[in-house]
Amino acid sequence: MKAAKFDYEVPASLDEALASLAENGGKIVSGGQSMGPMLNMRLATPDLLIDLRRLPELTGYSQDGGKLVIGAAVTHAQIEDGALPDATRGMMASVASNIAYRPVRTRGTIGGSLCHADPAADWPSALTALGATLVIAGKGATRRIGIDDFMLGAFATALNEGEVLIAVEVPVLSDAARWGYYKFCRKTGEFAEAICGVVFDPAGNIRRVVLGALGGAPKRLSALENRLGDGPPGDDEIAAAIDALGIAFEPAQRVMHNTAVKRAMQQAFGS
Amino acid sequence: MSDSGIGARVKRKEDERHLHGRGRFVSDILLPNMHDVAFLRSPLAHGRIRGIEIPDDLKSRVYTAGDLDGVEPIRAVATVPGFKASDYPPLATGKVRYAGEAMAMCVAKTRAEAEDMVDLVRPDIEELPAVCDIDAAVQPGSALVHDDWGDNLFLDTVVGGDMGDLEKTAPVIVEREYKMARQAMNPMEGKAVLAHWDDTASQLVVYTSTQVPHAIRSGLSMCLGLPEAKIRVIAPDVGGGFGYKCVLQPEEICVAWLAMKRRHPVRWIEDRREHLTAGANTREHYYKIKAYADERGKLLGLDATVTISVGAYSVWPFTAVIEAGQAGGNLPGPYVFDKYRCRTVSVATNKPPFTPYRGVARPGVCFAMDLTIDAVAREVGREPHEVRAENLVQPEQMPFTNITNKYYDSGDFPAGVHEAVEKIDVAAVRKRQKAGEPDGRLIGLGFATYVEQTAHGRPVFGAWGIAVVPGYENASVKLTADGGLEIRVGVQSHGQGMETTLAQIASSELGIPIDRISVIHGDTGTTPFSTGTYASRGIVMAGGAVATACRELIPRMAPIAAHFLQCKAGEVRLEDGMMKGPSGEVPLADIGRAWYLRPDQLPEKVNEGGLEVVMGYKPGIETGVFGYATHAALVAVDPALGSVEILDYVIVEDCGTLINPMVVEGQTYGGAAQGIGTALYEEMPYSPQGQPLASTLADYILPGPTEVPRIRIYHTETPSPHTSHGQKGVGEGGAIAPQAAIGNAINDALKPLGAEVGEAPMTPHRILDAISAARTKATAQ
Repeated sequence: MKAAKFDYEVPASLDEALASLAENGGKIVSGGQSMGPMLNMRLATPDLLIDLRRLPELTGYSQDGGKLVIGAAVTHAQIEDGALPDATRGMMASVASNIAYRPVRTRGTIGGSLCHADPAADWPSALTALGATLVIAGKGATRRIGIDDFMLGAFATALNEGEVLIAVEVPVLSDAARWGYYKFCRKTGEFAEAICGVVFDPAGNIRRVVLGALGGAPKRLSALENRLGDGPPGDDEIAAAIDALGIAFEPAQRVMHNTAVKRAMQQAFGS
Repeated sequence: MSDSGIGARVKRKEDERHLHGRGRFVSDILLPNMHDVAFLRSPLAHGRIRGIEIPDDLKSRVYTAGDLDGVEPIRAVATVPGFKASDYPPLATGKVRYAGEAMAMCVAKTRAEAEDMVDLVRPDIEELPAVCDIDAAVQPGSALVHDDWGDNLFLDTVVGGDMGDLEKTAPVIVEREYKMARQAMNPMEGKAVLAHWDDTASQLVVYTSTQVPHAIRSGLSMCLGLPEAKIRVIAPDVGGGFGYKCVLQPEEICVAWLAMKRRHPVRWIEDRREHLTAGANTREHYYKIKAYADERGKLLGLDATVTISVGAYSVWPFTAVIEAGQAGGNLPGPYVFDKYRCRTVSVATNKPPFTPYRGVARPGVCFAMDLTIDAVAREVGREPHEVRAENLVQPEQMPFTNITNKYYDSGDFPAGVHEAVEKIDVAAVRKRQKAGEPDGRLIGLGFATYVEQTAHGRPVFGAWGIAVVPGYENASVKLTADGGLEIRVGVQSHGQGMETTLAQIASSELGIPIDRISVIHGDTGTTPFSTGTYASRGIVMAGGAVATACRELIPRMAPIAAHFLQCKAGEVRLEDGMMKGPSGEVPLADIGRAWYLRPDQLPEKVNEGGLEVVMGYKPGIETGVFGYATHAALVAVDPALGSVEILDYVIVEDCGTLINPMVVEGQTYGGAAQGIGTALYEEMPYSPQGQPLASTLADYILPGPTEVPRIRIYHTETPSPHTSHGQKGVGEGGAIAPQAAIGNAINDALKPLGAEVGEAPMTPHRILDAISAARTKATAQ
């Protein structure tokens, strides 16, 4: 389990990184918490690794009107520790605090997690529930994309060659907003067996219920979203909403997903 | 007696180096011009090797089976009638028989470069149907793991026989099936081998992470055709063994051969992925149990079939039969009944070769037996712990020879159950269950009781007729010139704390404080022979040998002391670390100094045996001394997720005289943590094609700090009448009962739902499936 040979670059600026990426190709790394094992197991064998962890453009944050803009190389630990303003009424800090283990959170980054696009990871589901927008830089142009359109499947995203995810825009939730996030893991720090994220903010018109830890990208449960104003749904409604996805679950998986939705709803709306 | 002797809670001497990161494991040893080996491993579970394509520029650094001139395959034979032996080639020959089997060695300056080479070597394998399913494997027409066998049976035996008319007369009959998943043992340090030719000594020196250095020397001699005196095997610090390192490894043979071939040091360090795939070699048992009982739940008889997925080859020296032998012989455990039949079927499969893991078959048999006891208790509507205690060997029956002819030397088994009942507070739990939990979880309580055969010798291993049978255990003790002591033992201490506990025994014998005592082990070049550390034998066998050697040292010192004390040798005695005579005393340092450095102070003739003693030792009985314990688990099951939380865990154990209670507790905590892994987490699943599906620790789940509860351990101390200080082995015990106690607790929790589990690990999926099956059944009725 030793990585194959690769070159390693630490660009000083985003422009330098984009130029290098355009010229040499290569694979991007920031926290390395997924890339490290993939390199060692030779699941990834890039010729060049471009390390974005120290780029000033990616490690900061800013508040812009109704949204918080989080640099893609901000770590889970920074979010957990409240180093950023709390735009989501505690939701992001709570989600961050349950990602893997603290050593992973110290290095792992929000952008890295999104780009790795592991279906069982937290950020793809949690940020889908928040309706985040992603800021993507290419050589000469920057584009913005809704998170619903970003993750295409397991370990697949809408990033084009030469592009870098540079920031995540999260809406600032109103005082009236309610959220729930429930994940079930076989042991502390493991990837999830089932995830549900719920965000309801009538003021910002956010109504999202997201089922994660599926075979691919997280799915929105639209039947439940439409009735969020009416409080927690019944078991039958939850089951019907999951049925509507048309995914063939094993029976036990099915129970876990039902429970995740029920508990996220309970957390959001009280029992 | 010194205050660091037997029974003292002294801290382990070995912790100083380990806690400071100064341990010296194989991979810490660096030699000039050392090269690394990476193995090309079979990507398929079963196939015929058509060829191995090696790029021309790599040919001088890649070795396949055909290169291993004069190397014999591992041939681990037992003389049990009907046993079929298998040749286990160090590098796959003709066929590959499990995914991960070593096919070629690639040598380079670094491991990374060696792995680059592995990527360029192409095995050409004609895939054959994989033999994985044990039911299919024994059907006529199944693919064959070993073509010349005609079937896939290593061994098929029956213990006991006549069940009388129980089928007609028994008031209660309970039938169950149980399964244990295939596991990987996961010592923190995997296997590791470093070999070089030492021209000074004219010896092949093999550093290897093993529990049994002397046996490995014999095994290497056998496979390499090299005289034993030409081989030195050194086990430096070893980061856990658990049985994984008690057998001769193909990689040990390959690396040793390569060091001679290339005349420079070479090493191979197993990585976790290799361990999880090529090393998933244990625990996979299948049980069919039929228990007969009376209306009170007293067992009348047990009829069982145990099928073991043994994997592809027989391991040396313990062979492919030890697991079945231990299963059939230990299934009755601490329980008494009159009729017993157990068929054990050892099936060859396209999986890594079965290797005995901490508890050797007993975690499986305890799971099957103790879940059955609880099933019987539910059937007759009684408290499981009461039914359990009534079925145990009673104290007035001790010593007791059980239905499989095991001789239980001492103990009070029911007392352990009673104490566990009190400590876990059964009454309070039953009350809490009635009240229900505010969060909707279901609380359950489970017990399991086992006996642990330890330090068994010739009658047991000899009956199997395997290649290495333990007899007398040897220890050497040497008084140093300044009155300290050096102990040399052939067992290897890899977590057992023997550098401390053997010193404690010597300290009690000679009155020398343990900080003046060194324990040297793990090196065939410096220690007397031992078959090694396994079968919970260290403290009984090596401890007894150290005590015997210490006792022999006293008459060696006596003439010297008598000279100084101006009395007869028969008049001196050892007391408080001094040799005392009628008119005074002399410290051991004076005796050591006189013998080694100032013999001019001695008369012309003293005891020419000197102050260095090697003695052999066997306990009074060779059938083993039996420790025992009861585990009690309190769990909360979330029926909406299938998850299990252990709320409380109590162990009441008896391993005879406690040499160091802290070391015993450490062993027990560690064993119990592994048992919790077996119970709830650890499993190597396979595809129908025999592909291991959990090749990283993200998929193969080990219990971590948050999954192992604060375990409460209580000791009782019933000395064995047959060992040097009444001690019994305890190393394996902790791992035997957790899956049974936790399984019973889960089933107790699921009782209101009518659901029951019997397959370990008891994962959320399996628990939810059991709940769903119970619902379906209830609806159908």
